Amino acid sequence: MKNLKIWIQRYKIGPLIGLILICIGLTLMSDRFFTPSNLMNVARQVSINTLLAVGMTFVILTGGIDLSVGSILAFSGALAAGALAVGMNPFVVVIYACVLGLLAGTVNGLFIAYGGIAPFIATLGTMTLFRGATLIYTEGRPIRAVEETFSNLGGGYVGPIPTPVIIMAAVVILAWFILTRMTIGRRVFAIGGNEDAAIFSGIKTNLYKVLVYGISGLLAGLAGAILTSRLMSAQPTAGTGYELDAIAAVVLGGTSLSGGAGGVLGTLVGALIIGVLDNGLNILNVSSFYQQAVKGIVILIAVLLDRRKAARG
Amino acid sequence: MPVVEMQGICKEFPGAKVLKNVNFQVGKREIHALLGENGAGKSTLMKILTGIYSKDSGEIIYQGQPVTIDGPRKAEELGIVMIHQEFNLVPQLSVAENIFLGNEAPFTRFGQIRWKSLLEAATGYLKQVGLKVDPKTPVEELSVGEKQLVEVAKALSKKAKLLIMDEPTAALTEIEKEKLFSIMNNLVDHDVSIIYISHRMEELFQICHQVTVLRDGEYIASRSIAETNMDELVALMVGRQVEDRFPKVAAALGEQILKVDNFCNEKLADVSIEVRAGEVVGIGGLMGAGRTELARAIFGLDAVKGQIKLNLGQKNLHRGRFRHPQEAIGHGIALVSEDRKDEGLVLMGSVLENLALSTLEKRSRFGIINRRRERQMVDKHVQRLKIKTASVTQPVSSLSGGNQQKVVFGKWLETEPGLLILDEPTRGVDVGAKVEIYQLINELAGRGIGILLISSDLPELMGMSDRIYVMYEGKITGHFTRETITEENFMRCATGGVR
Repeated sequence: MKNLKIWIQRYKIGPLIGLILICIGLTLMSDRFFTPSNLMNVARQVSINTLLAVGMTFVILTGGIDLSVGSILAFSGALAAGALAVGMNPFVVVIYACVLGLLAGTVNGLFIAYGGIAPFIATLGTMTLFRGATLIYTEGRPIRAVEETFSNLGGGYVGPIPTPVIIMAAVVILAWFILTRMTIGRRVFAIGGNEDAAIFSGIKTNLYKVLVYGISGLLAGLAGAILTSRLMSAQPTAGTGYELDAIAAVVLGGTSLSGGAGGVLGTLVGALIIGVLDNGLNILNVSSFYQQAVKGIVILIAVLLDRRKAARG
Repeated sequence: MPVVEMQGICKEFPGAKVLKNVNFQVGKREIHALLGENGAGKSTLMKILTGIYSKDSGEIIYQGQPVTIDGPRKAEELGIVMIHQEFNLVPQLSVAENIFLGNEAPFTRFGQIRWKSLLEAATGYLKQVGLKVDPKTPVEELSVGEKQLVEVAKALSKKAKLLIMDEPTAALTEIEKEKLFSIMNNLVDHDVSIIYISHRMEELFQICHQVTVLRDGEYIASRSIAETNMDELVALMVGRQVEDRFPKVAAALGEQILKVDNFCNEKLADVSIEVRAGEVVGIGGLMGAGRTELARAIFGLDAVKGQIKLNLGQKNLHRGRFRHPQEAIGHGIALVSEDRKDEGLVLMGSVLENLALSTLEKRSRFGIINRRRERQMVDKHVQRLKIKTASVTQPVSSLSGGNQQKVVFGKWLETEPGLLILDEPTRGVDVGAKVEIYQLINELAGRGIGILLISSDLPELMGMSDRIYVMYEGKITGHFTRETITEENFMRCATGGVR
């Protein structure tokens, strides 16, 4: 038993065990949960949040936070729909959305790194700014985005697997590689662990801060394109509150909010926990009012367990 | 009758016996030094005495009565108070508020603080510790030495009978230190006993009466200060004879490699220095004299006017100043900073990650790290510097102070510097590891690396440097060779006396 505990701590699989337990519980409670089609459904549902949460992981690892991802998602989604409407090539539209997100994220990074504004405040400001810009651009009305090739991005399949799930998997693997195998990752962890030590070690911390907010924005832009494609329209209020789900996924996955420790695999598990809960509670016909409350309780319990572990270690 | 007697104290943490049957007693009106290398068990023993840890076995007899100290509150009730190395003061609050923080009850009426009586009481305690400041002054406006005295006043307000002081002089100037010592003597005259923890051996002979040495969690010996000497204490601490505390080896001096001309900024006034290859150049002075600021300016951390000239092979020639440490590192400068925990290490990172941090590019291609080469590099430094760690994936926070410092050294050696700036390289490092660091300095100087050694430890500075600059208020006020420096000369320049 003691060995098991050490093992769980060393490989940080606490969240994974939690996910498995929830899945077992739901399987016992309903025969509609553990079916291939439902699991694919869950995977597709979590893909948007996972993309945002992966970007958020980079940001939180440096000790920052990005509240603007929901707004960036809406903004780039709306502009992508607009570009599609005037006949832009659907592939270029996706790149366009990503670049818009990257630019928006870079704005965040510049305010934070060179303007010296606290990440919470800076991204709170841009969250409102980008939402406003979206409302101005859309004039508060949805923009239709009906185009066959483009619709494949959010609604299509590669073999039996939904396209967004493939994209999600690719992004998670790439992010994992960057964070664990590349110099960028080492520096991101170092900045979150001890920013002064990072500067003393010759790391251009400001540059890397701009970079992580840029990554977060880029993934929000990509998520915006996927959501627009899936809904076949861009909603001016799309993505409202998504930043909180993304933060929840990161924290559930064991990444420290003060930075320096964690990773994207945990974040993926965190996003899956949220997705499985949403899906399971739906299957069990729990009213959406209760769903919110249950989700909140799960997050609190998970973080509490994590705290206790940290306090003892 | 001793004030406190700890008998047969044992304490085990998962995987490590930290205290093995330790005996320790402090007499009445005694200043008792507790000596030992880092990891010897001093702080664990003191944490048991102050109720922060519980003991596994053993007995504590306090003023003749067996006692159970089951928490910090209980220790305070008994009059056992510890002043930690890092102060527990709230910077924004006034001196008086800090003294009575958490113990305001006697000065309240229906929850409201009666300022007049609080200030009066504070003034009384300040008088006892000889601190002449207005009790309404915010603590953040005080010097380090004054803060230390506020801590003492706070301890007195808790009716301390047994005061534990952990490295109280670490950040004090010579004058502040003398003042603290006279107050300590005064306290002893008023029936307070003091347990004194310090790595500065010279001080023990100045102030303490009795000394107890711990090593590897075991009680080694107690001596009366009058009947022992430094060599014996060092031998007791490390368990073997240390022949030479400052094993300085003179290296062959090469060409000039660093020339700083007229550095000026907020903290520096027209500072010019030079360093030659293989030379150990000491920078001395009191706290706040501008030594660290000079290092920061050379390393590109602070803006500065003036010129810097490096001569570390052709491509390293550089004039003007560096804008970021990255540039300085690229030109062959390394800085082991004063504050290991805040500036030197990413504490939650592993030994490997810390060792690799400044040289990631060296072992990577297109930003992808070659993990095999990284592992080889890390193993090389762990072996060479004798870094004691269970594994290189261990968080560096789990290492002792000396071993942490070796990790910082390893990180910088990997950058293959031509100029190594060492800012207080042995602060908080135990005797054994200190000698290892001195030997490393010798070895590096022998390889032609120029070393700029900043130290507040005067014997160390005088023992290890070829040449010494003395700073005072941002200026160079003295310049000595190894032969011409004396303590008197040094102090005169460091306190602003003429050259």
